[in-house]
Amino acid sequence: MSQDVVSATGLSLTFQTDDGPVHALSGVDLSVGKGEFVSFIGPSGCGKTTFLRVIADLEKPTGGEIRVNGVDPEAARKARAYGYVFQAASLYPWRTIERNVGLPLEIMGYSADETRQRIDRTLELVNLAGFEKKYPWQLSGGMQQRASIARALAFDADLLLMDEPFGALDEIVRDHLNEQLLNLWDKTNKTICFVTHSIPEAVYLSTKIVVMSPRPGRVTDVIESSLPKQRPLEIRESEEFLKIAHRVREGLRAGHSYDE
Amino acid sequence: MNARGKTIPVLTVISAVVVIWYACVVWMNAPFEYDKAERAGTEIGFSQVVSNTMNQERPVLPAAHQIAEEMYKTIVLKKITSKRSLVYHGWITLSATLLGFAIGTVLGILLAVGIVHNQAMDKSVMPWVIASQTIPILAIAPMIIVVLNAIGLSGLLPKALISTYLSFFPVVVGMVKGLRSPDRAQLDLMHTYSASTAQTFWKLRWPSSMPYLFTSLKIAIAISLVGAIVGELPTGAVAGLGARLLAGSYYGQTIQIWSALFTAAILAAVLVMIVGVAHSYVLRRMGQKPEGVVA
Repeated sequence: MSQDVVSATGLSLTFQTDDGPVHALSGVDLSVGKGEFVSFIGPSGCGKTTFLRVIADLEKPTGGEIRVNGVDPEAARKARAYGYVFQAASLYPWRTIERNVGLPLEIMGYSADETRQRIDRTLELVNLAGFEKKYPWQLSGGMQQRASIARALAFDADLLLMDEPFGALDEIVRDHLNEQLLNLWDKTNKTICFVTHSIPEAVYLSTKIVVMSPRPGRVTDVIESSLPKQRPLEIRESEEFLKIAHRVREGLRAGHSYDE
Repeated sequence: MNARGKTIPVLTVISAVVVIWYACVVWMNAPFEYDKAERAGTEIGFSQVVSNTMNQERPVLPAAHQIAEEMYKTIVLKKITSKRSLVYHGWITLSATLLGFAIGTVLGILLAVGIVHNQAMDKSVMPWVIASQTIPILAIAPMIIVVLNAIGLSGLLPKALISTYLSFFPVVVGMVKGLRSPDRAQLDLMHTYSASTAQTFWKLRWPSSMPYLFTSLKIAIAISLVGAIVGELPTGAVAGLGARLLAGSYYGQTIQIWSALFTAAILAAVLVMIVGVAHSYVLRRMGQKPEGVVA
């Protein structure tokens, strides 16, 4: 399956802690095709962030196999296969927005001209044109997160890994950013892996929803979304949408005892 | 707090200090006046005692105006080439302070970089750094001077090295903390870019450590001055603020001692202020959020 961007077979990761081993991931089989928008949803401790970090080579799996663009995660990282968006915007406070977006380009050794063009293009893409010279503290939380998305898009990675990027934002800003993210996905043809806590967010954004559950962290359901690619916000009141959301909720309930 | 809000509290504290000072002047210098009167076989009134205690030649505790007068004479009126000019002595001490501070800062930063990047140094260097500061500087200063003299080094450098000995410590401690201050996500971000150790250092660790560095430098510059003065005390130095302190105590010149002390204190305050100004300048250049702004 060479066209798969991410493919995992029997992937496990066990952390050794003072309280004994923690099975963050156990026997995960999953593939993400090119151009897909895959959401990972589940309660805390289900391994969704860990899975993303394994793809990004920020954690090493202890068992099974994972391929990113057909190679192992370390090689993929070195080939600059992905851009990573963290939960907090993690902008460097001493850099202006344009210099934050330019940070990966600086490190990867792009020319000054190329850097300038890419900064302008990506800031345009996330609707932050005009904020180049601002420092992060001068921007709202939503704008900071958009800048961090621009930073992940600035170099040509086809895979975008997003770890609860809108988790700390309020509902109104989040809706708005979700809509923008879909637009951006449509325009750029990237493959996106998106970790979230929110059922509506997962259903609204994804072509594929991966439901996970904890202890041990595992995949309990994979739902292919039947929603069309063009999604106005109103689609969230449609019957189709509610049906998928229901299935996600069922999947979460099946994999997780709420009595704990 | 704005400048107007500060004026009254500051003035209150200063006047309280002055009142207590003059009370102590009378209390500590009066026995000498009574002794003198008794030996001369005369009676002396209390008001006469009070006025005499303010103007003794070698008072136990000099009055503020005596010190101010002496400082004015030795700083402003004396030519700076004169051996009695405090500017001359101050410069001798200041040059050792600045050289020692510069060496100490560079040494401290280099050690911190090593500690942060090298596991063996992390495990082994810090205990030695801390142990170095538990040795009384007064005990080790003469040895440094003697040892360096034996290998042909004398003059400015040995004194500066005593400053270095004291000033590298806060820089190491502050910079280790500062270079480790980037959070997990900021470091992970560098990892996802496959950034080299050098890139991570210059683009993340170094800028993150600036607030820590300047806080350390404020302490370092003040103790560098202490180090330079201490370096002059046990070695029979003939010039410098420490030498003035020593000479004053040999000859019971309390006014001279106090003037040298005040000069040293003022010098230290000015040096710390200069570092403070550099601190806010650098942070402003780094786009720091101005205080009091709610974004």
